[in-house]
Amino acid sequence: MSAHVDFGRRALVLRRGRIAVRLPFRPLVVCAVLAVAIAGMAVLALMTGSYQLTPGQVLSALTGRETGIVHDVVVDWRLPRVAAALVFGAALGVSGAIFQSLLRNPLAEPGVIGFSQGSYTGALIVILLVDGTYTQLVGGALLGGMATAVAVYVLAHRRGVQGFRLIVVGIGVSAMLESLNTWLIIKADLDEAMSAAAWGAGSLNGVSWDRVVIGGACIAVLLLLAGVANRPMRQMELGDDAAASHGIRVAPVRLGLILVGVALTATVTAASGPIAFISLVAPQIARRLARTAGITLAPAALVGALLCLASDHLAQHVAPTPLPVGVITVVLGGGYLAYLLFTEVRRRP
Amino acid sequence: MSATPSAARLRVESATIGYDKRTISEHLSVEIPDESFTVIVGPNACGKSTLLRGLARLLKPSAGQVVLDGADINSYKTKEVARRVGLLPQSSIAPDGITVADLVARGRYPHQGFLRQWTDDDERAVLRAMRQTSVTDLSGRLVDELSGGQRQRVWVAMALAQHTGIMLLDEPTTFLDITHQIELMELFTDLHQVGHTLVAVLHDLNHAARYGTHLIAMKDGAVVAEGAPDQVVTAELVEEVFGLRCLVVPDPVAGSPQVVPLGRDRTRRESTTHA
Repeated sequence: MSAHVDFGRRALVLRRGRIAVRLPFRPLVVCAVLAVAIAGMAVLALMTGSYQLTPGQVLSALTGRETGIVHDVVVDWRLPRVAAALVFGAALGVSGAIFQSLLRNPLAEPGVIGFSQGSYTGALIVILLVDGTYTQLVGGALLGGMATAVAVYVLAHRRGVQGFRLIVVGIGVSAMLESLNTWLIIKADLDEAMSAAAWGAGSLNGVSWDRVVIGGACIAVLLLLAGVANRPMRQMELGDDAAASHGIRVAPVRLGLILVGVALTATVTAASGPIAFISLVAPQIARRLARTAGITLAPAALVGALLCLASDHLAQHVAPTPLPVGVITVVLGGGYLAYLLFTEVRRRP
Repeated sequence: MSATPSAARLRVESATIGYDKRTISEHLSVEIPDESFTVIVGPNACGKSTLLRGLARLLKPSAGQVVLDGADINSYKTKEVARRVGLLPQSSIAPDGITVADLVARGRYPHQGFLRQWTDDDERAVLRAMRQTSVTDLSGRLVDELSGGQRQRVWVAMALAQHTGIMLLDEPTTFLDITHQIELMELFTDLHQVGHTLVAVLHDLNHAARYGTHLIAMKDGAVVAEGAPDQVVTAELVEEVFGLRCLVVPDPVAGSPQVVPLGRDRTRRESTTHA
């Protein structure tokens, strides 16, 4: 038979009927290991709490062989939170991966186009000025985030949207909103300011089955769209001209990807408040583990899920007092940012 | 040479091409002779890259049309155009951590689908493209680690793997030293000889005259002259297009017209004279 292309990395080639795919080994193995780690972490999270369980009890509760208190603790109390951490973490990981691929920048995430600050502004306005219900708060946050993202996109638009200009405009608009948010909190009375800050930290407290199911359904659809757009997205990492000459309609694909990326983060924000930094960190950790060229979505999703689950576990059970998960992810993200800056400085003396 | 002028696979018909509000070329009509190595030359900002972007469908004419295989290029599906016309852009970005073979394989995109990502045809096309550009030995290396000349050959391989009859090259030699420039021009000549139609934008008139089979000289968005290098590269035309006084002498090796700038008097050596 004919010779094979040496990609420098071993891969599994599947050719059968209409299917012909090449799956590099290392990302496959990394994904498998991550899946096992996630399963282990999930069992640990389901065991832990004021009512301690054994792994066996957890597994039999999950397979429906337990009744009474064990079933209630695992399935009704703890599982929604674990499922939320997994699904939301995966969504954040993919959202960040999309933005880092599009903007070709390891510091990119939906926050760079102002989404996070904008949604916080929206939530603050609802909490402080309208004194609204939870639903209104979510609506305000989504509206604020989306409006900011659209404003940044439009302001950065000149003969199409270019990554660098989007980042610069995003940073400017975010800085403005951040000072607006600070001003709003200073103006508020103490109770309102505290509930605003609690929402703003991002927490899985009080996440119920219905929120997980609704959020999960939205996220499933969005992840499917991201999966379909994965190949054009990776092709666009070669530059707009190269991608266009390979038959990609660059402008609509980019807009579509931005929408999917923002919608993923928006869904998570709606259900749990803004959980910071997972979208920033997960794609980069995934890329280093899987050693792929550019950004790939599946490892980023799995790393995001594992990070979110582990952070929530730390926040609930390891911290001296239960904390919102967002506090832990901020610490993780800060450490990662420091590491990134440190290695960048070392690389360019 | 094509039998009748209007039979060329790729041509521009009285097109107005530009960016947003800035029109670069108006009523531009150009043909790319089939199986030619066409080189577009002209001073900076004469519209040569704009023309190339129009031919690649990166810019849509606001009037007139670009015709590919008898139909308006904008009437095709994007992937269909990508199976017929390839482009080596002026600047491309290699994703971090990509290997040579992986990058070359990205050129197969227009032939692939969601489930058909790596067929026998893809593998053969990538192997052939790497062989033609002599990068087979670099196959598993990281693109980041290559020299400028090697990297440019890898990008050419990617465009070749796309397997299009027509290839557009936007200033392919700009960032290379002279040895790698010549090496690349000779690679293009080889590709031309095995049947590719090539269209390149070049800055170096001597390279254009030596390696091109068909020249298009542009100034202020319009075509000033086109034809075989011998007819196009004359002292009068160079002065008209570039505003440079020069002497055109036969290249002592290839025999093609060679441009020697006259420059100011004091740049000449004492002993040198010219007719």
